[in-house]
Amino acid sequence: MLRRTFLGATALALGLAAAAHAQDDGKTKVGFVFVGPVGDGGWTFEHNKGRLALEEEFGDKIETVYKESVPEGADAERVMTQMALSGADLIFSTSFGYMDPTINVAKKFPDVKFEHATGYKRADNVSTYSARFYEGRAVQGLIAGHLTQSNKIGYIASFPIPEVIRGINAAYLAAREVNPEVEFNIVWAFTWFDPAKEADAAKALIEQGADVILQHTDSTAPQAAAEAAGDVYTFGQASDMAEYAPMPRVSSIIDNWAPYYIERTRAVMDGTWESQDTWDGIAPGMVEIGEISDAVPPEVKEKALALKEAIAAGEAHPFTGPINKQDGSAWLAEGETADDGTLAGMDFYVEGLKGEIPN
Amino acid sequence: MNFGSIDPVLLIASLMVAATPIVLAALGELVVEKSGVLNLGVEGMMITGAICGFAVATETGSPLAGFAAAALGAMLLSLVFGLLTQVMLSNQVATGLALTLFGLGISALIGQDYIGVKPPRTQPIDFGGLGDLPLLGPVLFNHDWVVYLSLFMVFATGFFLNRTRAGLVLRACGENHDAAHAIGIKVVRIRLAAIAFGGACAGLGGAYLSLVRVPQWTEGMTAGAGWIALAIVVFGAWRAGGVLLGAYLFGGMTVLQLNLQAAGVALPVEYLSMSPYLITIAVLVVMSARRRTRLAAPAALGRVFHASS
Repeated sequence: MLRRTFLGATALALGLAAAAHAQDDGKTKVGFVFVGPVGDGGWTFEHNKGRLALEEEFGDKIETVYKESVPEGADAERVMTQMALSGADLIFSTSFGYMDPTINVAKKFPDVKFEHATGYKRADNVSTYSARFYEGRAVQGLIAGHLTQSNKIGYIASFPIPEVIRGINAAYLAAREVNPEVEFNIVWAFTWFDPAKEADAAKALIEQGADVILQHTDSTAPQAAAEAAGDVYTFGQASDMAEYAPMPRVSSIIDNWAPYYIERTRAVMDGTWESQDTWDGIAPGMVEIGEISDAVPPEVKEKALALKEAIAAGEAHPFTGPINKQDGSAWLAEGETADDGTLAGMDFYVEGLKGEIPN
Repeated sequence: MNFGSIDPVLLIASLMVAATPIVLAALGELVVEKSGVLNLGVEGMMITGAICGFAVATETGSPLAGFAAAALGAMLLSLVFGLLTQVMLSNQVATGLALTLFGLGISALIGQDYIGVKPPRTQPIDFGGLGDLPLLGPVLFNHDWVVYLSLFMVFATGFFLNRTRAGLVLRACGENHDAAHAIGIKVVRIRLAAIAFGGACAGLGGAYLSLVRVPQWTEGMTAGAGWIALAIVVFGAWRAGGVLLGAYLFGGMTVLQLNLQAAGVALPVEYLSMSPYLITIAVLVVMSARRRTRLAAPAALGRVFHASS
């Protein structure tokens, strides 16, 4: 019994010493919590690229740690607590489902700074950041509306959260603008990352006549399914997915997190970090449009690039009235653009989309 | 109810493809459990098979070599489990879980150079005119060889377990290893062979994912298929036919619910998403509640055997 107490006490003392040591060696420690594997070729891959850029920028002055494939829920809380205990100064939690865990852990560690991606809950030591992916979705929708022959566009959605719904609405509005006949078939996969299921969803959509597939899940499996089918177009999600260019992948949305990660880490090092909400789009470069391949007719490519430029310059907004909600009630009047509050909490389809949003 | 543009023939054809990895992995685990060993490392062996098969297939250009390498690689991994549990008598549950973690890690390591690479295509077997038959053609005569192998394996495994002397010996080890030992059966050797077979099957299932069904390499791409296979062995009441039924039900419901969504059927998506799990469990439980199949769990499952005890 005595020996056990002694061992326990020693372990505790060692642990404390290690924790103290970690904070005292002058390095800023930055932790990352990832929802998928870093090799998913999509969402997590790009966040990890941001982490690597951070290491390149600061070299010896920082240390980064990451944990991949962390489930959204209680496990995330455990992982972040572990990171905070082992001396992390700044923790990026990079998925919507980490929102409550991040807030909970942040309460326990007031000296550690937290950055939560795509959420809306903030605290004194919790910032949120996201990208206006819907700006990119509008460009995709325009291309998709032009390319489709069957007028059926398949959309593999992940979870019914505002970010995903915004993407569907933005893509649909842009597609309908250039092709009034267009129809969206939406499949909810209820996963961010499951290549087999994503492939099955893509196949189901293709078998039912969709000839353009948009995806909001993170793997490249739908690209492979489209390639096998032959004449189906896709777009890279979160990452360029250029290995599937020029067909089926005709363009992509690329998330570029590196500048933001560098800026926020520098703020922690300088002691100027403050809780804030960042939501950047095409203009500051957080959302990039991957090269539009030659499979797209030149005049369509031109229009897509023009739309991109207009959005970047602030001349165009993907949500510009008149727009009605799905139930026919008015949302935006002629010329009116959506405010960020409504966009951030978007929980409705726009008029013309079929089906219901799951709860 | 309007099922819109769903073509039942295409649906059945694609459910067979969706279910094949689970059929293979679950058959392997069935034999392992029948010999009295609980190997929870199916997920790890599957993903190891997925990357071994993918790597060899892309390097050699031959899917066949890829599948062989997948079976071999996963078999080697399963023998690590065999060595630890059968020779060093470690706890099977803990070792199996460790095997899954290890498999996920080592596959990510091997797979680093294979992200974004495209594997050689595995073509469907050409049955001449048979593939063009209406209805039957796409369902029966338009698959790749692995689908037929998996169906043959279901039959062969059932026959082996129930109709052969070797199968009886294997089941004896699973029911009462002390008695089996007392009549001179080499319990450890037989269990090691079963574990190796289970590993090879899981590897084939994994390679089917990375080479045919998805087809590409992505870290963590099995995404829980190994755990589904484990559950299907239990709910299939440790019978080869039950395993096939369970896997096809699960694969079928998965494909069907995605098709129903794509067709815009007005059912709440939440129910559609959980339907594969609910229906598979419900059907298999109802089936195994009848007859004596309740008692089908091998009596010595998961128990440590040492010749001295």
